[in-house]
Amino acid sequence: MSITILLRALDRAMQERVAEISGQNVYKCMQCGTCSSVCPMSGDMEITPRQAMLLIQHGLVDPVLSSRTPWLCASCHTCQVRCPRGIEVTRVMEALRQIVLRENRDMVNPREIPAESIAEMPQIALVAGFRKLTS
Amino acid sequence: MKISYYPGCTLKTKAKNLEDSALASLAALGIEVEELERWNCCGAVFSLADDDLIHQVAPVRDLIRARDAGADKLVTLCSQCYNVLARANKLMREEEEKRETINLFMDEEVDYHGEVQVVHFLDLLRETIGWDALREQVKVPLEGLKVAPFYGCTLLRPAEVAVGGGDRGAPHVLQDFLSALGATPVRFSAAEECCGAYEVLINPVEGMRRAGSVLAAAGESHADAIVLSCPLCEYNLGRKQGDIRAQVSGIPDIPVFYFTQLLAIALGLDASAGRFELNMASARKLLQDKKFVEAPATQV
Amino acid sequence: MPNVQKETEADLIPIFIMGKRYLVPESLTIMKAIEYAGYQFIRGCGCRGGICGACSTVYRKAGDYKIYSGLACQTVVEPNMYLTQIPFFPALRREYDYETMEPVAESIYQLYPELFRCVACNACTKICPMDVQVLDYISALKRGDLEAATRISFDCIQCGLCASRCMGELPQYHIAQLARRLHGGKLAPRAEHLRQVVESIAAGKFADVMEELKALPVDELRKLYTERELEPAMSDEQWRPSNNAGL
Ligand code: SF4
Ligand code: SF4
Ligand code: FES
Repeated sequence: MSITILLRALDRAMQERVAEISGQNVYKCMQCGTCSSVCPMSGDMEITPRQAMLLIQHGLVDPVLSSRTPWLCASCHTCQVRCPRGIEVTRVMEALRQIVLRENRDMVNPREIPAESIAEMPQIALVAGFRKLTS
Repeated sequence: MKISYYPGCTLKTKAKNLEDSALASLAALGIEVEELERWNCCGAVFSLADDDLIHQVAPVRDLIRARDAGADKLVTLCSQCYNVLARANKLMREEEEKRETINLFMDEEVDYHGEVQVVHFLDLLRETIGWDALREQVKVPLEGLKVAPFYGCTLLRPAEVAVGGGDRGAPHVLQDFLSALGATPVRFSAAEECCGAYEVLINPVEGMRRAGSVLAAAGESHADAIVLSCPLCEYNLGRKQGDIRAQVSGIPDIPVFYFTQLLAIALGLDASAGRFELNMASARKLLQDKKFVEAPATQV
Repeated sequence: MPNVQKETEADLIPIFIMGKRYLVPESLTIMKAIEYAGYQFIRGCGCRGGICGACSTVYRKAGDYKIYSGLACQTVVEPNMYLTQIPFFPALRREYDYETMEPVAESIYQLYPELFRCVACNACTKICPMDVQVLDYISALKRGDLEAATRISFDCIQCGLCASRCMGELPQYHIAQLARRLHGGKLAPRAEHLRQVVESIAAGKFADVMEELKALPVDELRKLYTERELEPAMSDEQWRPSNNAGL
């Protein structure tokens, strides 16, 4: 089976940005699917980690960025511990988040979290959440 | 050898039960630690972006404080703090270019090169006392208490900072610890899974499902309780348990403890050292039912 | 324009105000130097005594990468100082009902959740003209320690420079002010001696003296006032007034 990828669909610049921020070589991915099978959140993802890797390999970063996948990733590191190719997939997910956050976009607004939730949450929930979800 | 202690923010408020029980236990075991005089929040999550060093500054600053206090080791209790501090330390030891940039940025501090060793409380127990010696110190063996050891993510991943030192294959530090206390660690399929972490802020429904599946697995293991070492896991699996049960079926009513609370009780310390009032109500009741602690005087 | 010709060369040094070079006498404070250069303060100046926090100034020195700060009314000019005034930096203070508020950390977290965005970069502490350990009070609050935050932030004069440099976009000084209010008003033990004095005054301790004063003609009152005994400027803690009758 052959897949035709149109050259103009490739976004090399974006692909390089993922590589630069993550420090990972996405071409090492052999599409075994281990990451998706161990990811605790993949059941809720419309683009699974394996699919995300495939799309990035093909320079199709935008669809991954506009999915919820990077924001469902809990940074549990299970995928990267299990990846037979030694890719730190968690860092690829971080790169995707960073690309969005670095445009000065926040995924949660700290001031809009209900006061009762703030009072109930442990501080690390807020610290961790703001690091991952605010710019 | 001087051991500094890094508590982390939550241990000073909502997870006071983790800190107090740990410090009381250390005192009983004769291990001396000294809380850092000055420390800042470590950031709770390790920065994973290769080109982002500013988020490494917080943990490195704490490591510098420990070095300046003359410490050889920095011990932590919260899994998240442990993960962040240990990885930042590794970065400062091994990645020369990043180390130089960070040191240059922190021009108000003396350069740091990874002089301090970061250890988790579990490893401190394992290394300085050892499980056999700990067993001998136990005054109230937790016999008949079936416990699901929950590691979650940050005690184990990535492998280079996993607790347990030379553990091969499945981790067993928590199991060894529980056995030393006389408790029975059960086989728990979700022991190394994620509790849902900070999903509560952005994907509360999915986060709840995640925590729910960990709790369901604990139920299947027939454990009496879950034991863990992270205030975020405690929040997701303990404090929120009632909410989850109200929305997801098949969720057991199962107390969640910090591992240090069981340690304090097994060492025969007064129940007040456990600060069980900060746990779910079922926690203290379980220990009372099992006759490990007495009911508080006001209740009788 | 001041007539610089009359001054001797040695007394004058160059400084840069918003990029423009001026020669000013070397002994002046930044504030006086700016006025000497011909500017007039409409904002950015209040007490002229290092207390009000209105005159915060940011500057650099030639050949140095660092950012420096100081209160214009307290800092003496240096040659080749590049400076600008930051009389105000937006940092919104939340509204709250102090009376019903609980003196616990959560009250602060609810109003200023961005507290948890601090990355410990320490830029705040480095810029603070009052040498307040800003990062340390923010750290104290993140762990819920209102007492420590109150103590560490005590010298803050609300100039706002910390907020201007904050990587986490926190309004640090408003957060600390709330902590001091909660701690000072609701947690710190009341001063016993103060309570006693207030009570004794309410019970009429000075009533007679007041009546006597009120009965005096204005001239005598004025004389009493101008001749009153003042504490000398350089007195030590041992100093006492020669007449202790009022106490
Ligand atoms: S803490 Fe902030 S507002 Fe207060 S004096 Fe220092 S820089 Fe100014
Ligand atoms: S400037 Fe802001 S982010 Fe940096 S240490 Fe101060 S409060 Fe924290
Ligand atoms: S004018 Fe008030 S502090 Fe300088």
